[in-house]
Amino acid sequence: MPVPADARPAAPPAPSASPAAGVPGRPCIETVRLTALYGRHAAVRDVSLAVPARAVTALIGPSGCGKTTFLRCLNRMHELAEGGWVTGRVLLDGEDIYGPAVDPVALRRRVGMVFQRPTPFPAMSVYDNVAAGLRRDGRGGRAARAARDAAVERALRQAALWDEVKDRLDKSALDLSGGQQQRLCIARALAPEPDVLLLDEPTASLDPTATQRIEELLVELKARYTIVIVTHNLQQAARVSDVTAFFYLGELVEADRTERLFTAPAKAQTEAYLTGRFG
Amino acid sequence: MSGGRLRRLRRRLVSGAMTGVVALCALVAVAALLGILGDLAAKGASSLDWNFFVKTPAPAGQPGGGVAHAIAGTLIVVGLAAALGVPAGVASGLYLAEYGGGRLGWLVRFVADVLNGTPSIVVGIFVWTWLVRPMGHFSALAGGAALAVLMIPMIARTTEEMVRLVPHSLREAALALGMTRRCASLRVVARTALPGIVTGCLVAVARIAGETAPLLFTALGNLNFTTDVTQPMETLSLQIFQYATGPFEEWHRLAWAAALTLLGLVLVLSLAARWALRSPHARPR
Repeated sequence: MPVPADARPAAPPAPSASPAAGVPGRPCIETVRLTALYGRHAAVRDVSLAVPARAVTALIGPSGCGKTTFLRCLNRMHELAEGGWVTGRVLLDGEDIYGPAVDPVALRRRVGMVFQRPTPFPAMSVYDNVAAGLRRDGRGGRAARAARDAAVERALRQAALWDEVKDRLDKSALDLSGGQQQRLCIARALAPEPDVLLLDEPTASLDPTATQRIEELLVELKARYTIVIVTHNLQQAARVSDVTAFFYLGELVEADRTERLFTAPAKAQTEAYLTGRFG
Repeated sequence: MSGGRLRRLRRRLVSGAMTGVVALCALVAVAALLGILGDLAAKGASSLDWNFFVKTPAPAGQPGGGVAHAIAGTLIVVGLAAALGVPAGVASGLYLAEYGGGRLGWLVRFVADVLNGTPSIVVGIFVWTWLVRPMGHFSALAGGAALAVLMIPMIARTTEEMVRLVPHSLREAALALGMTRRCASLRVVARTALPGIVTGCLVAVARIAGETAPLLFTALGNLNFTTDVTQPMETLSLQIFQYATGPFEEWHRLAWAAALTLLGLVLVLSLAARWALRSPHARPR
C-alpha cells in the first residue's frame, strides 16, 4: 500500500506532543513516554497521551499501528503476551500502574476490558458470567448473595441487557445473540465497578443494529466511566468519542478533541488517513 | 455440451462408488463390535439369573453359583484405581496444558507417552515388585494401584488435549476480569473443558475395567466374597480368565455371562457418570 512520503517521519514525533492540549476534563489515565515491546520489537513507541475522565477516547489508525497493544498496556494485559514488556509510565489517577507495589490482578478490577469477539464463558449461565469477576467473599451468607444479585442486575441494566435476559439468567450464555453476548461481556466488565472500561473493536463482529446499540450504550456509560475504545471505523470514532488519538506505525501522531481532529487535523498524516489516502 | 454431461456422469459414478466404499468400511468397523455384543448376548444372557448376581461360586464342576464377589470386587478395584488415577491424571493434564512448556513438561509428556505404550502386564509386575512383595501378600489395593498406573497417562494426555482446545480468548477474558491465573485456569478454562475431561476419564475407566493381566500379579483373585482391600480380591476380568481357561462346561457358560455383566457394568458406570456430571447449561449436541 503506497504511503505518502510525509507519512513516514524521520524522527518520532516529539514525546511532548502535548495531547492534553484542547482535551476536556482532568486526565484519568496519562501515559508518559510509553513504549510496548514484544521481545526486542517495539509495537508502541514513546507514546504520551492523556485520557480524560468520564469521556470516550477513541484510538484510530491502520491495522498493525499499535493501538490494540497500547490499549492492552492500560490494564497490564500486554505483559501476558509472549515476550511482552513496557518502558515508560502509565498513570491511573496519578499512580503508576507499573509501580512495584501494584498488583496487576487488583488493577484489572479497576480497569475492565471488552474484546473484539464476544467471549462469554460457555460453561456458565448468564448470571454466572456477570458474577464471574465479583469477589467471592462470604459465599454462603444471605447478605452476600443479595449483594451479588444486586450487582449482577445493576451491571446488566447498565449494559442495557437486563430486560432481555432477566427471565433466563440461569440459561447458557451461548444462547444469546452475538450482540447480546457482547453486551453481556460489557456487563461482566462493569460488574466489579471499574473506573475505566477498555474496548478493543467491540463491534467488529456485530451487525449494524447491534453496533448501534453498543454505541448508544457507550454514550450513556461515559457519564460514570472513563472509556477507551479501539476502532477501525472512523464514523464510529466520530459518533461516540470526545477525544480521538491517531496512531501510525506504533507512534501517536496526534490526539485532540474529536471534532477538531476530524475537521482540522494538525498533521498531514492524520488528514491523509482521515480522507482515505492510506490505511 | 456432451462433454459436460459426460463429466457429470463420471462425477456421479465416482461419488457413488466412494460413498459405497466408505459405508463398507464403517460396516466392517461396526460389525466387529456388533459381533462381540451379539455373541455375548447369545451365549451369556441365558445364564443370567438372580443367583448369578447374588451368589458366590459353587464348588468346582457343580452347577449353579454366581459372581457376586467378582462384581463387588470389580467395583472396589476399579473404584480404588479411579480414586487414585483420576485426580493424579487430571492434575498432571492440567499441569501439562498450563505450565508444560518447559523441560519438565517435555519430560512428563514423554514419560506419559511411554507409559501409555507399556504392556499392562509389565505394570502388573512392577506393582508386584513394589507393593505386593513388601506387603507380603496380594491385595485389592495393589490391583487398584496397578490399574491407576495405567489410567494416569491416558487421563493426563486427554485432559491436556481438552484444556488446549479451550480458546485462548476465554483465558484472556478471565484474566482481564481480574482473576488470578489459578482462578482463570480452574474456574473458566478447566470448567469449559470439563465435558471432554469427563469423557477422557470414562474412556480410561472403561479400558481398565476389563484389564486382566496386571491384576494376575496384584489382586490375584479370590473365591470368597470380601470387601477387605488389603486381601486378595476377585474381579470379573479375572473370573472370566479363570472360567474361560478352565475345563468345565459350566465354567464356560459362567464366563460368557460374566463378560456380558462386565460390559453392562461399564455401560452403566459411563451413563451414571455422564448423568451426574451433566452441565445444567450444556446445550444438546
